[in-house]
Amino acid sequence: MKLRVQNGRLIDPSQNLDAILDLFVEDQKIVAIGEAPADFEEAEVVDASGKWVLPGLVDLAVALREPGQTQKGSIATEGRAAVAGGVTTLICPPDTKPIVDTPAVAALIQDKADEAGMANVFPIGALTQGLEGEQLSNMVALTEAGCVAVSNGRHEMKSAKVLSRALEYAATHDLLVVFHPEDKSLSDGGCAHEGLYSTMHGLAGIPDTAETVALMRDLLLVEKTGVRAHFARLSCAKSIEMIADAKAAGLDVSADVALHNILLSDDVLNQFDGRFHVLPPLRGEGDRLTLIEGIKQGVISAICSDHQPHEKMAKIAPFAATEPGMANVEILLPLAMTLLDEGDLDFSTLLTCLTSGPAACFGLEAGSLAIGSFADFILFDSTSRWHWTYENRKTKGHNSPYFEDEFIGQVTATYISGQRIYQLS
Amino acid sequence: MMRSESRALQLNDDGQLKHFLTLDGLDKTILTEILDRADSFLTMGEQSVKKVPLLRGKTVVNLFFENSTRTRTTFELAAKRLSADVINLNIETSATSKGESLLDTLQNLQAMQSDMFVVRHSDSGAAHFIAEHCTPNVAIINAGDGRHAHPTQAMLDMLTIRRHKGQFEGLKVAIVGDILHSRVARSQLQALTTLGVDEVRLVGPKTLVPGFFSEMGAKICHDLEAGLKDVDVVVMLRLQKERMQGALLPSESEFYRLYGLTEESLSWAKPDAIVMHPGPINRGVEISSEVADGGHSVILNQVTNGIAVRMAVMSMAMSGQLQKAETDQGSEGEK
Repeated sequence: MKLRVQNGRLIDPSQNLDAILDLFVEDQKIVAIGEAPADFEEAEVVDASGKWVLPGLVDLAVALREPGQTQKGSIATEGRAAVAGGVTTLICPPDTKPIVDTPAVAALIQDKADEAGMANVFPIGALTQGLEGEQLSNMVALTEAGCVAVSNGRHEMKSAKVLSRALEYAATHDLLVVFHPEDKSLSDGGCAHEGLYSTMHGLAGIPDTAETVALMRDLLLVEKTGVRAHFARLSCAKSIEMIADAKAAGLDVSADVALHNILLSDDVLNQFDGRFHVLPPLRGEGDRLTLIEGIKQGVISAICSDHQPHEKMAKIAPFAATEPGMANVEILLPLAMTLLDEGDLDFSTLLTCLTSGPAACFGLEAGSLAIGSFADFILFDSTSRWHWTYENRKTKGHNSPYFEDEFIGQVTATYISGQRIYQLS
Repeated sequence: MMRSESRALQLNDDGQLKHFLTLDGLDKTILTEILDRADSFLTMGEQSVKKVPLLRGKTVVNLFFENSTRTRTTFELAAKRLSADVINLNIETSATSKGESLLDTLQNLQAMQSDMFVVRHSDSGAAHFIAEHCTPNVAIINAGDGRHAHPTQAMLDMLTIRRHKGQFEGLKVAIVGDILHSRVARSQLQALTTLGVDEVRLVGPKTLVPGFFSEMGAKICHDLEAGLKDVDVVVMLRLQKERMQGALLPSESEFYRLYGLTEESLSWAKPDAIVMHPGPINRGVEISSEVADGGHSVILNQVTNGIAVRMAVMSMAMSGQLQKAETDQGSEGEK
């Protein structure tokens, strides 16, 4: 299969590229940029005039809800939402039902993803059996079955000793471990950032120390064991400082943030609106700005959607009684681009954190338009004004505060390995 | 809730109450109107026929998802004195305990064509949630939601203060005890600030009085003597015994020694200071019997005032709803 994408504006921060050039694809990979290779006879030409041609997005956190929670979403529906949002590679967490603690479940997810034919899907395996924090999972078997990392998610480890041993074991086999730092004894019962707004509205608070106390412990154990570590969904200013210090000390660590944590702060609690109930919670404005500064400084390498679709009733309740999470993968790029409006980030940095940055965190061959890369790319109409509505959504999730919002910029087509997977109708 | 959002949810187009969810966003004029109307109802309670027909033909449902005897009884009395038909539902032992969602429960109750829900719930924001998801023209009165708000309790406290002190300007008020978990304290702080007192002090250890309250306009005191010095009003809050073991305090005895209101500690306040308590009282835990039953105590006045304030709020909200309904019908007619 040969493909020529012509007259598009190619933007790829991984090779510092921003120019109107043609892109050439052969046998699923990018074979040339600008000039066609010798004897290249394209079978198909894609006219990208007026469009941006960007690397497919790499999202480190998309809950597909399958197996086990198909009332909230499925691999097919959420995969479709992902490609509509420009995501060509996604990582899904291990907390499915059953949990991804056996190779069979990891294989099932990938088989279903292949069947759906949407985004490339890479599961994270459970660090401990049943995510119960007691017995180590068969980590090596899980990675052999396609898991790209292991994690206990937000589930507690039984003790620091078990965690330490799990990290030692993972380090033995050079496995990547994903941490969601949270000291449950500090966060227990909380539903919102412990600050002025939670105090004013009587919502039980989650202090930032719930994250930083756990993060400090985790970093010390990472240092001790030498394991490769990724810290997921950081939300506090102090965490950025701690990750920066760890990197400066030479630890092999990376980190990401959820997009909503850099777009919103806890003043939205004024609305008692369960759609803003997320974990970790939306923090104070100072935290939000520091997270953005962490991105600018390169401390944070990835921005993810932290897509967590829910059925309607999961959010129809008083704030604390709602299930946490937002379902925003479908608008990942347009929503992220609203950060540019306030001048918080430049587009190159933003795109890096949505493409090559997250790919590098997990060692994935994705997120770049460089010659030799898989031809995972999107066409983006940067001028399109459109409304994302409840009716036209692709996700099965009902839980986004952004339904009915107007966005500028829209993914018009998504290609994976040179195959068009999504076309805006 | 932002003031403008709260106003939009609670007030009709003419600025009249249609729900009563929180004091946040309500201005001095409305609070004063509630107090004035409550004053007029107070004298009615002394008459042989204690009824007015303001809610005649209306159905009020006391929807208590959390146990309460005092608050539910005073709401029931208030509704009956306004001539409403009253239904009491203890939801804890009802449908939601069988797995029905709050919304389903509400929809069933709405289908019974109720006109007003008086709601108590353990979740902060529950009354807002119900107001947003209810059929239009059903008035929602918040009878306490989680740690968030207890606006009628705060208003009966304001009525008590006004009747004893005459005005709010120039007063210093101390609220003592478990502020962290207190919806009463949050609503009192908002009411006192709106009505123009000089100073509101929140008194207790850091575990019960987080520093964020200072951003809401309160002065925080961790020392009882400094907190009570020259105040006009002392509001003691119930120290919830179930939380005593939760590492918030070492013991009841230590709390009482440091923050309990005794005749000695009351002497730090102004000589004519009044002592209030939303009840139920834990004697010897937050307040001594001598003070609770003493000459400064206005605790039983609070209970009496509570019926009048609830009558005022219920009648105002129903009136606001009726006016809203007429406006809505007018708009429909114009179409």
